Amino acid sequence: MPLQRSELSQATDEVQEYLWTMNFGPQHPATHTTLRLILKLEGERVVDADCDIGYLHSGFEKLAEHLNYNQYVTITDRMNYVSPMANNVAWHLAVEKLMGLEVPPRCQYLRVIVAELARIADHLVCNAAVGLDTGAFTFFMYAFNPREMIYDIFEALCGARFTNSYTRVGGLMYDASPKAIELIREFLRKMPRALDDMDRLLTRNRVFVDRTKGIGVLTKEEAINRGVTGPIARASGVTRDLRKDEPYLAYSDFDFQVCCAQGGDCYARYLVRMAEMRESLKIIHQAVENLPSGPVHVDVGQRAIIPDKWQVHSTIEGLITHFEIIMQNRGFEVPCEEVYCATESPNGELGFYIVGDGSPYAYRARCRPPSFVHFALFPHLIRGHMLGDVVAVLGSLNIIAAELDR
Amino acid sequence: MVSSETIQAIQARFPSAEITEFRKQFRVCVPREIVHDVLRFLKDECGFTLIIDITCVDYLYYPKAKDRFGVVYIVGRPENADRLIVKTFVNDPEPTLPTVTDLWEGARWLEREVWDMFGIRFEGHANLRRILLPEDFQDHPLRKDYPLQGRGERHNIPVVTRDMG
Repeated sequence: MPLQRSELSQATDEVQEYLWTMNFGPQHPATHTTLRLILKLEGERVVDADCDIGYLHSGFEKLAEHLNYNQYVTITDRMNYVSPMANNVAWHLAVEKLMGLEVPPRCQYLRVIVAELARIADHLVCNAAVGLDTGAFTFFMYAFNPREMIYDIFEALCGARFTNSYTRVGGLMYDASPKAIELIREFLRKMPRALDDMDRLLTRNRVFVDRTKGIGVLTKEEAINRGVTGPIARASGVTRDLRKDEPYLAYSDFDFQVCCAQGGDCYARYLVRMAEMRESLKIIHQAVENLPSGPVHVDVGQRAIIPDKWQVHSTIEGLITHFEIIMQNRGFEVPCEEVYCATESPNGELGFYIVGDGSPYAYRARCRPPSFVHFALFPHLIRGHMLGDVVAVLGSLNIIAAELDR
Repeated sequence: MVSSETIQAIQARFPSAEITEFRKQFRVCVPREIVHDVLRFLKDECGFTLIIDITCVDYLYYPKAKDRFGVVYIVGRPENADRLIVKTFVNDPEPTLPTVTDLWEGARWLEREVWDMFGIRFEGHANLRRILLPEDFQDHPLRKDYPLQGRGERHNIPVVTRDMG
């Protein structure tokens, strides 16, 4: 793509003659994902940046119109692949809102647990990448170690480590086994120590603080005007957290704090993510210790989930439901309506706008990706900073290209 | 959830708006001529200062649909989870709408994506070019008359063999 004037560029043509143009990405170790930046430099100072995205565009929203509500969960895994569980939960929450299903308490608690585990995994990766890019390699290793424990838990829950597809319309793929619960308890015991280690390594590290403090400042007004949500907005002083403001699933049962900061710079975003991990641990602890008993699926009569084998073979309702769901021309009962449902994903507000037309396939399933909205901020945040700050800002925005391009 | 006073205020100000509710969500359906005024009113006077999403639905094969494209604006309040869905319809051959980038900076990329995927022009947008697809792409692939497997774009990519070096 030839270099075009950025939509926010204020430089005149005479000034631009003396500027350097530098290409950054799409294959560069510090972009971490496939995205391209065209930087305009004056010496080492970034005058302007232009974002070129779409390298990972794979038509997820078009696929949603050709896969049924259960099949599409595999595609949501591949959106934000650092925290696929959070996407699974968000997708099926939206589908259930469209259908008017209410999942039983045990399912709600388990979904909260996996969503919060995914949040911890996501924040670990994001902070680790910021540390790595600003020169703290040891910190990266310390952050990736507990992430391994989270993937072990996911493996015990659903058999897959990375692309989980754990949720189903009206329930979950499997109930949590005692082994999985034991792994979660072990994780809760070990994780605070790992977080303390990380804190001691980096939070007061002079090199890291110098490289992130005052870099990429986003004010509260700008954050709101640019549609920013999640930890990036909270680091700028916006107190919006959907878990508190619109308690979906079982979030109203738990005691936790919304973590905010005032700085709005890369350092504030790092601090908010560190604090949020501790709050997530609190939520998981409460959820595991108060995990209700009972089914993880909605009732067989709701005609939403494939019943257990024993139900199919020994009850008439189970047999009918199995038939209704498996047969091609039947399936879910979906109203001809439209619904928007959002969750607080690790990156920000992850929403789905689903249009149902009565068939088991979504007529349109729009994903509101937080990365897409946040990456639009980048030229604004980097302007006036040094070339070396590009990676700090990029890392602190936590851009996941698969979610960016879908 | 949005309070009923807000809904009444919108209805009083814009009598042509059709307000419906589904699963505790309010949707304001307005003619395309006043969509910008409605959004400005919501932003300046009702506190909906957060732009959450702009998207589009192609109603070509939708049962009982009268218009082709429905453009959906989702706005919210930054201090709580209140949100409102504003919807308007546009039709071929010239699906155009006024841009809302003068109200929200964050609408720039969202409108570019709607142009890219559905071919809806936003008049007054400073830089309305494709965002996810290549510049030379011809179609708007999320339209319902565009097939899932594409229109041969992949077959036109030249194959480089080992002999060609």
